[in-house]
This record gives sequence, structure tokens and C-alpha cells, in this order.
Amino acid sequence: MAQISAKAPQANASQGHHTSRVLARRETISAYLFMLPSLLFFVGFVLVPMGMCLVYSFLDMGIDTSAATFAGFANYIEMFQDETFIRSLWNTVLIVVVSVPVVTAFSLWVGSAIYPMHSKMRSFFRCVFYLPVVTGSVAVTVVWKWMFNPYNGLLNQIFGTVGFDWLGDTRTAIWCIIMILFTTSIGQPIVLYVAALGNVDRSLEEAAAIDGATRLQIFWKIKWPQIMPTTLYVLVITTINSFQCFALIQLLTRGGPLGSTSTLMYYIFDMAYNYQRFGYANAMGVVLAIFIAIFSAIQFKVAQTDNG
Amino acid sequence: MSKKTKSSLDGQSRGYKIFVIIVLALLAVFFIFPLYWILTGSLKDAITINAQKPQWFPLNPTLDNYVRLFKQPAIQWLLNTIIIAVAAMALTCITAALAGYALAKKRFFGQTVLFSLLVCAMALPKQVIVIPLLQEMSALGLNNNLLAVILPTVGWPFGIFLMKQFSETIPTEMLEAARIDGASEVRTFVSIVFPMVKPGVGALAIFTFVNTWNDYFLQLIMLQKREVLTISTGIARLQGEVSSDFGLIMAGAALAAVPIVAVFLMFQKYFTQGITMGAVKG
Repeated sequence: MAQISAKAPQANASQGHHTSRVLARRETISAYLFMLPSLLFFVGFVLVPMGMCLVYSFLDMGIDTSAATFAGFANYIEMFQDETFIRSLWNTVLIVVVSVPVVTAFSLWVGSAIYPMHSKMRSFFRCVFYLPVVTGSVAVTVVWKWMFNPYNGLLNQIFGTVGFDWLGDTRTAIWCIIMILFTTSIGQPIVLYVAALGNVDRSLEEAAAIDGATRLQIFWKIKWPQIMPTTLYVLVITTINSFQCFALIQLLTRGGPLGSTSTLMYYIFDMAYNYQRFGYANAMGVVLAIFIAIFSAIQFKVAQTDNG
Repeated sequence: MSKKTKSSLDGQSRGYKIFVIIVLALLAVFFIFPLYWILTGSLKDAITINAQKPQWFPLNPTLDNYVRLFKQPAIQWLLNTIIIAVAAMALTCITAALAGYALAKKRFFGQTVLFSLLVCAMALPKQVIVIPLLQEMSALGLNNNLLAVILPTVGWPFGIFLMKQFSETIPTEMLEAARIDGASEVRTFVSIVFPMVKPGVGALAIFTFVNTWNDYFLQLIMLQKREVLTISTGIARLQGEVSSDFGLIMAGAALAAVPIVAVFLMFQKYFTQGITMGAVKG
């Protein structure tokens, strides 16, 4: 009797276990069926090229892929002896180091300035600052190219400096690029900050205000910690975008004058597209990805310690 | 009382408020100006454009630049761009809605790994994989084929991520109830999940459309023949060929920018929703 009663629940349990396993398996199969179309595209056109990028970076490969030979780390070694690469790396780092903090701080300021406004005004400004992004990098770039033109460009006409070649001067070219990049970078962060500030706990703010906290105190002690995840996200996306700065360079300066505006992404394009050195270009792509990973990791670290 | 609290909260000094308004207004002019200069520039004749003194408003507008633009295959370029953007949008929305729902509402083997993989991929520079993609597309025989731009756009995991965020708002009880009623998986998706994530699909649709329209790098690498160019790469090509014909180039820029800006303004609400929901929290 005791034996039977001891067995019965055991059998029950194992049967229950069995059905739950069947259910779990069915759930897994149906989940993968739902994801199948996405995964096909993701694996085929994101993961596979990523793998190819890594593999090709160890090959000496030109336009004829069947003639590729194994090169070991030769591409990686060549890179750090290649003056243009070093130059492009420094230019890229300069762009990132200048534009990321400026974009983040500026969009935070605009975000805090417009979020208390009437909703019509708020969407107006949000739209205006997003406009250069929507207009598209090519349209924005060609009009700036005209405005920078030494002879019929608007800037020289305004400043009375007709003949000055903004994009042809090693001192000014990269700053022109950074300025245009800035106008195409702040749209998204502003949208994010306006949304984040709208989610800040209003009661905490009011309590602090009643206790006599100043606006600046309220901002740093109450709002800043609450919008920290957004700040981190803004830092990371701005870093990724600044590292990938390409269209502006290709259309405005082609890396010149004297390599003063060449960026990593532009140099990768140049090597692959104009010189057909696919192995070398892919190796630089791997290095660019590593740099972005390092910069993002540093930002996470700093943001975490900053947050307490 | 509450009014008083509010005013003390928003109680910046009057001077600061005026300062903010002035700065924002100046910035607004600065941000709108390039588009204004494209539109007005496209209506100016060669003499006005090359004059030493800027003409702030086209006093004798001409459509000559557009006439010359349409002698290029500009309509074909516009059409190619629309085909790419619409196809990428439709495919992305369908695949991402399905996958996002599975990731948000199902518990399955390999879930955590798969999700981390998607997030990691998104943190990588998108442009870097375009070079090997070119070789992959050549191997598939898709050189100078619009599919070479459409397929990788659909593969980018942002859409899955966005739809996962939206799908998480579906109450699990509703899905349970459907299952108890014996509804099939497909039926549950079509009649319960999809209607609930519709705003998300709208946001993703407009977001994908605008970004695909403007994805210059991918288009530049994949499409070379003149007749398969998009409006962006077409204008860039024109600029390379006739770099001093600013009237023609501005007409091209206007043709590239006006449709997409119009779409953006019409669906602005969904667009901003897409940006905010797609943000990785924490």
C-alpha cells in the first residue's frame, strides 16, 4: 500500500514532466518558425559577411577572389606601417573625440529647452533638428559643397573672403566636415532626450523644488541619474555614427587635402573600391569594429562609475 | 498651489527664457537653411548661381534645371529608390513582427544567446560588412541588382529589436486565452498579436523607409550601372561629372530630398515613436 502510494505520485510527476517537455519543445519549434524569415536574412546578410570580413582579413585578395592567398597577419602589420592609415585613424579619432561630447551635450541642452514647451512648439523644433537627417547625406552634402565653394559659395560672400577654399585648406577642411556631421547627428539624440525627460518622475522634482532646491540641483541630482540610460545610448550611437563618417568625406574632399580629412571608413572604401585590395580593406574593417567596441566599453565603464 | 509649484519649477529667469528662444530660433534657421538653399538654388539660372552677390530669394525663377535633370535618367533613379525603400520596408515589417513576437512572448531553447547575438550585431559598424557583402552579392549574381540593397537592409536586426519592445506590451493572458480556445499559432498571430503591435509596425515602416532611402553607402557599393542608380547615388554621380553645374545638382538634391521630407512630416509621430522605442535601455 505504502509502496503503491509512493509510486503513484512519482508516475504522475514523470508524466507531467514529460508533457511539459513536449510543450517546451513545441514552443521552441514554433518560436523558431516565427523567427525563421528574419533569421534567414540576418544569418545570410549580416552574420555571413561578418564572418567573411574576419576570414578575408587574413588573405591577400584582389579582384580575383580565386587567386587569394593566405597572408597571416600581414594585412594587420601593414596597416600600422601605412602612413595614410595612421593619418586616417587620427582623423577619425579627432572626429569622434570632438563630435561625441558636443553632440551629446548640445542635444541634451536642446532637449531640456524644448521639452517643457507646448507640444506644437516641441514637435516643430524636434522636426527642425531632424531635418538634415531626413534630407539625406547626399543632398545635405552637395548644398554645403556649394556654400563652401571659393567663388560662388555663400560663406565667402557673407564673410567677404571670396577665393578662400574652405575644403581645400588643411587647417579648415576637417572642421567643416565636423560641423556638417554635427548638423546631421543631433536629430536622433534630441528625440531621445525629449522622450526621456518626459519620463522623469515629476513628483520627485516637485518635492525637491518645495525643499528649495535650485534648478541646477534638480537637474544634476534628480534628472541626470534618471536619464543616464538615454545618455549612454546616445553616446554609443553617436560614437558608432562618427566612426563611420563616410559620405561627407567622399563627396566633399575625397580625403584631401593631403590626407587631412581621410577617415578609416573612407580609407576602407578607397582600398576596396578603387584599389580592389579586399583583404587589406577587410582587415581595416575588423580594426574599426574593435575600436568602436573599445570606445563603447569605455563609455559604459565611465557612465557606470558616474552613476554611483 | 500646483500652479505655483509648476511656475517655481519652470521658473527660469525671464532673461534666460528669452535667451533660449533666441538661440533656438537662430539654430532653427541654420538647420532649415540648407534645404531652403537647395530648393531656391534649383530654381536659379546659371548667371544668378555664379554671381558674386548671393540672391536670397530667386527673383526670376526658372525650371530649366529640372528640364535638364529629367534628361538624365532621374525618374528611373527615383523609381529605383522607391522600389528599394518599399520592398525593404515591407519585408522588414513582416519578418520583424513575426520574430519580435516570438522573442518577446515565447520561452525557447537558445533564446538568451540569440538575443545577445542580435544586440551585439547592432553595436557593430554597419558599413564594415558592406565590403564583404559586395563579394557575397557578386557570388550570388546580384551585381547591379536592386536586391543587393534590399536583402541586407532586411537582415539588419534593429527591426526585430523594435518589434520585441512593442510585443512585450501584449498581455500574456490574451495569448493564453486564445490557446485554450484552440486557436492555432498563425491565427493567434493574425487576430491578436498583429492588431496589438500595429503602432510598432507603423513606426518600423516609416523608420525603415526613410533610412533605406538615405542609405547612401550601401547603394554606392552595390549599384554602379547608370540605369540602376538610386536618386542619392545618381546625384553623387552627377556631382562627379559636372561638379560646377550647381543648378542641376540642386535640382537633383531637391528631387532626392522633397519626397522623403514630405513622407517624414506626414508620419512624424510614428517616426519619433520608432526612435524612442528602439533605444536600448540600461
